Amino acid sequence: MSIRRRIVTVVGAFTVFAIAVMIWAPTVGSTSISLARAFDRSIPWDDNVDAQIFFVARLPRVLAGGLVGATLAAAGVVLQALLRNPLATPFTLGVSAGASLGAMLAVTMRLEMSVLGITSIPLASFAGSLVATAIVYALASSQRRGLSTNVLLLAGVTLNSFFSALILFVQYLADFAEALRAIRWMMGGLDVASYFPIVAAMPFIIISFVGFAMMTRTLNLLSVGAEAAAARGVDIVRAQRLAFMTASLATGAAVSLGGPIGFIGIIVPHLVRLMVGSDHRIVLPASALFGAAFLVLCDLAARTLMSPLEIPVGVVTALIGGPFFLWLLVKRS
Amino acid sequence: MRDLLWADNVSFRYAPGAPLVVDGVTIRLADGALAGILGPNGSGKTTLLRLLSGTRRPTSGRVLLEHRPLDHLSRREAARQIAVVPQETELAFEYRAIEIVLMGRHPHLGLFTVEGPDDIRIAQDALAATGTSHLAERFFHELSGGEKQRVVIAGALAQLGHPRSVPSAPSVALLDEPTASLDLGYQLEISSLLLRLNQEQGVTMAISTHDLNLAASICRELILMRDGRVLAAGPTGEVLTPENVKRLYDVEADVQINSETGHMTVLPIRLAAPERIREGGRIK
Repeated sequence: MSIRRRIVTVVGAFTVFAIAVMIWAPTVGSTSISLARAFDRSIPWDDNVDAQIFFVARLPRVLAGGLVGATLAAAGVVLQALLRNPLATPFTLGVSAGASLGAMLAVTMRLEMSVLGITSIPLASFAGSLVATAIVYALASSQRRGLSTNVLLLAGVTLNSFFSALILFVQYLADFAEALRAIRWMMGGLDVASYFPIVAAMPFIIISFVGFAMMTRTLNLLSVGAEAAAARGVDIVRAQRLAFMTASLATGAAVSLGGPIGFIGIIVPHLVRLMVGSDHRIVLPASALFGAAFLVLCDLAARTLMSPLEIPVGVVTALIGGPFFLWLLVKRS
Repeated sequence: MRDLLWADNVSFRYAPGAPLVVDGVTIRLADGALAGILGPNGSGKTTLLRLLSGTRRPTSGRVLLEHRPLDHLSRREAARQIAVVPQETELAFEYRAIEIVLMGRHPHLGLFTVEGPDDIRIAQDALAATGTSHLAERFFHELSGGEKQRVVIAGALAQLGHPRSVPSAPSVALLDEPTASLDLGYQLEISSLLLRLNQEQGVTMAISTHDLNLAASICRELILMRDGRVLAAGPTGEVLTPENVKRLYDVEADVQINSETGHMTVLPIRLAAPERIREGGRIK
C-alpha cells in the first residue's frame, strides 16, 4: 500500500468514527430522543421536541466537546514532538495556568465586560494564555538562536507552579461564591449555552490547524532530534517557533472554551500511536479526530453517569487519565 | 579533482564572547574524497562538521558548496547535497527502519507531497547498499548499535539520492564519529561499508573519528585538528607520523605498515606530557 493511500485510509476511518460518535452522542441523555424524528423536516420545528433537544440543548455541547478534544489532542501531539517527550501535554508549557489565572482574576474582579457576546471569563482566560505563552517564549528564545527546548520545558513547569501560587493567592482573597465559581471553571465544562462561543473560538483554532497541517512531516524529523532534522533540510528555528506558537494559540482557544480539561492531550496521542504508529502525517489528524470523539464520550459519561447530577468533564478525564499516565510512566521505564 | 566542499578560513563561537571552537580553518574536500578528521576531545571536529553541513553558520569565513556560498542556499537546497550521520540517533517515538530512511527524502519533497514510487525505490536501494534490506520493517529501537548506524547511513544515502530522471548532483556525507559507540566487530563492519560506498557509489565523505586505525585503513587523506585549528592536513601516509600523533594527543606512538593489510597502524606507547593531562579539563 502506498504511503498516500495508507494516510487516506487511516484518517478516513478515524473521520467516520468521530462523526458517528458526534451524531449519536446528542441522542443520549435524561430524555432519550429519536434521531430519525430529530432530522424529520416534515414536522414543524415548534412541534418537534426531538429536534429542539438535539439541535438546541445538546448539539452545541457536543460540538464544543469535539472542538476542544480535537484541539487539545492535536496540540499535545505537536508539543510532544517539539519537546521530544511523549509525556508532554498541551499544558506543560504554562498555557493552562495562564488561562486559569486570567479566569480567576475575571471572576474575582467581577469583570462584566463582553466583546461581541463573549463574556469576561473566556476573554480573560484567553488573554492569560497569551501572556503565559509570551513569557515562556521570551525566556526560551533569549539565550541563543532558536528555542532551547530544555529552557522551554523548565520555564513552562516553573510558570505553571508560579501561576498556581498566584491563583491560590487570589482565591484566598476572594469570597466564597467567587472562589467556588472559579474552581468550577477550572474543573472544565462544555455546557456552552449556544453555538456562539464555538464560532468565536474557531478562527484561532483554524489558523493553528493550518499550521499543524504544514508541519506534519517536520514533526517526524524533530522527533529524531533538532540537529538531525536541520541536517535533513528543516529550518529548525522556524519550525520550532511555528510549532510552539500554533500549539499555544490552539490550546489557549480551547481552554477559553472548555476550561483546562486535563489528560486529553496525552492519552489520545498515545492511544493513537499504539494503533497507527508514529508517522505524524497520520498521528496528528487521527489524534484530532479521536480526541474529538474521546472528549465527547467523556462528556456523555459526565452528564449521564450520576444523572441528574452532572460530574465536571475534567474530573472524568482526570479519573481516566491519572491511572493511564502512571501506567504509561511505568511501562516506559 | 574539483572542490566539492570548501571551508574558507572559517571560525566559530557558540555565543558572543565565548572562545572560538573553530579558529581559522581552511579545508578542501574534493569530489570523491574520503577524508578523516582527527583530533582530541573538544578540538572542534563536531563543530567543523556542523559548519560544513551548514546547520551552523560560521562566525567568520565561509563555506562553499561547488563554489556557491552555503548561506546563499536554503536549508532544503543544502540538504539535498549534504547529509550528516551523527554518532548516535535517539528517537523520541518508535519508527520503523524504512521510515527513518524515508525521512532522508524530506528536502526533496514539497510541503504536502507524500513520498512517491521514486522515493520508495531510492530508500530501498539505500537499504540494499548498506545491507539492511531485511531490517526495513523492524523497529529502529530494537536494532543493535551496528544495525542502527547502517540504517542511519542508509538514510543519508536516501537523502543524497536522485530519481533516474533527475541528473545527479555531486554530494557529500559528513559522519561524526560513526563508530564511537560500537564494538570492534561493528567498527570493522561500518568502516568497510563506508569504504565500499565511497569506492562503488562515489559518495564523497568526511569522517570525524577518534579511531586512528580506522582512519588509517580507509581514509586517503587526513585533517588533524587541535584547539580548533588545523595542525596538519594531506595524504594519510604523509600526515600520520609519530611526530604528528604526539603533537595531536600528547601521546608517543609507533606508526607502522601492517604487513597483512598494507594499512598504517598506530600503537600508542606512553603519554608524552602526563603533567598536562593531570590539569584536567584545561586541555580541550
